[in-house]
Order: sequence, then structure tokens, then C-alpha cells
Amino acid sequence: MANKKNLGKLKGFSIQFLPYSEIRDLNSDGRIRKILGVILGNNILILQGRLKSDEEARLIGDTMAMIGHIKNFRGIELAVISGNDDEGVFMKFKKSLANVLTGADLGAITIIGPATVVKDIKRNPKKIELLLNK
Amino acid sequence: MAIKIFKNFIGRIFSNIFRNNKEIKLGFYGPPNAGKTSLANRICKDFTGEEIGSVSKIPHETRNVQFKEKVEINYKGKTMMFKMIDTPGIATKIDYEDFLKFKVKKKEAKQRAKEATQGIVESIKWLEDMDMVVVVLDSTENPYNQVNITILGNLIARKIPVLIVANKIDKNKSDIKKIESAFPEYEVIGMSAKYGDNLEEFYESIFRLSKKV
Repeated sequence: MANKKNLGKLKGFSIQFLPYSEIRDLNSDGRIRKILGVILGNNILILQGRLKSDEEARLIGDTMAMIGHIKNFRGIELAVISGNDDEGVFMKFKKSLANVLTGADLGAITIIGPATVVKDIKRNPKKIELLLNK
Repeated sequence: MAIKIFKNFIGRIFSNIFRNNKEIKLGFYGPPNAGKTSLANRICKDFTGEEIGSVSKIPHETRNVQFKEKVEINYKGKTMMFKMIDTPGIATKIDYEDFLKFKVKKKEAKQRAKEATQGIVESIKWLEDMDMVVVVLDSTENPYNQVNITILGNLIARKIPVLIVANKIDKNKSDIKKIESAFPEYEVIGMSAKYGDNLEEFYESIFRLSKKV
């Protein structure tokens, strides 16, 4: 696990990109540990693909359990953007076939950041906006 | 052969009797301050005369999972028994300083934040125990919130029937269409839990959905 820096007001942060191949072979515990390692290092994580829905819920539950135990930790901001939902049947089929082969929704991007760094993630179907804490 | 047919017939009758008497676990999920407890209170008050929990403008008023058992809902001559389960609002972050804006004292705000985090963990654990879920969203807020998507994703994965309530339609900023377009695969009912608007439509949907349980 990465160093747990003192999570406080924003002094600096880094953005880490994690390709899906880094978590593909991990079980749910391993995936969440890896993500938390990045987040608790005061970094914003951009993950290729997305977690399973139960992993997302567990990530929320696990981070909630950490509040009050890790100094200045207030939880996370989390958003997932998927591909265009309006695409045709053929594109949808191609995409689902690719998802089956890779075992992931590689058209999606997951953004996770500590709430002390990321104030809010505003999203609508077409764009995503990251508002950072001063 | 005749005995087998008779056995099947009796079996079907009994299974119908038990299915009708079965208490359906109806969960109320959603983000904080969407009106889950207000809606659950209205239903409980209508059919039992008692409320399930207290409501407040301060977020995370519900910090424990609350129950009301044996709530018998009668609608158009049909009756069903429910166990109402009101859950704490799910959020991805809790900051005690947010409660200070509501003139809550610092010590109380810290305690509230601590209990709220525990409540969220409890809400998530209860997801798998539900028979049916009403996801209550505030129709004045942006529905494209990851918490909403995560809750719905978990319910789909567990094959739990879902009804979305777009609450607070009495407010000017309310936008049901935005919720409908965010979640086109679900039935969305616009309601005002505060004033009891569209309760008939809600009961109709609950009875229809209960057939999938």
C-alpha cells in the first residue's frame, strides 16, 4: 500500500492513471486495497474500466469505516463515465463482445479522489467536471 | 396419477396462501435528504397510525436502519403485508463541518458524522436482504450521482425489483424528466412525500412490482 500522507487541505496532488490490466487478475479485496493505496496517498485515480457494482458499494463502505480513524480523511468522490448509451445495436453488440473478452467495461473510466482534494464531481451524460478544494 | 394431480393442486393452494401472507421486505434507499423517511412515514402513518422515524432538514437524520413490521397495505381491495425498512442515506463522504452550517454544536456534529458513517455501512450491508426497493431521489437535484448509480447497479446485480420515486415535486426546481432520462429502464413516479401527492400511483406500482418478488 502506498504511503498514507497526512490528508489535509490541498497543498499538491497528483493524478495517477491505472490501466485495467493492473487490477484484472486481482480479487475484490486486492482491487479495493490497490485503489485505497492510491487515494490515501492524496492522489486522484483515473482507472481504465470500472469496478463491479458490489465492489463500488464495498469501496464506499470501506472508506466510510476509515473516517475518524485516518487523520483528515473525509471519504471519497467517485464517478464513472461509460460510453455513449445512444449508440446502435451493432456497436452495443461489439462493445459487449469486447467486454466479455476482456472481462471489463473498458469503454468506461472511473475517477476516484479523496474528498479533501476533490470537492465535487459534477457530471451529466456528456461531461464530467472535477472541482478541487482550495 | 389422480393422487399426484391432487397433491399439486393442494401444493399450489398452500404456496399461494403463504405467498400472500408473506411479509415483503420493502427497503427505502437513496442519498441523504431525499425524503426516504418522509415517504416511509406517510405510508406507515396511513396504515398503522405510527411513523417510522424522525425527519429533519439536517442531512443524515436517519443514522440507523429503522423498521416497521407487519404494515398491511390495502389498495383497491387488495392487501399485502410489508416489512418497511428505512435506511440511512448513502454518501461517499462525510464531513462534520457540513453539520456546523445547520447550527449544530461541534461535539454534536462530530458525533453525528461518526454515526452517519456507521449508518452508511449498515445500509450497504442490508442491500442484499431486501425483497423490493424504492429508490428515493430528490427531483430538484442532479440524478447523475454515482451513489444513485451504485445503488441501482447493486439492485440489478441482485435481481431485486426497483421503483424510483422522484420526490419533492412540490418544489419549483423539480425536474422528473431529468430522472426519467437518467434511468430510462426504470419506472419513475413523481411524488411529494411531504404533501402526499401521487400516493395512489405509488401503491399501484408497489403492488405491481411485488408480483416480481
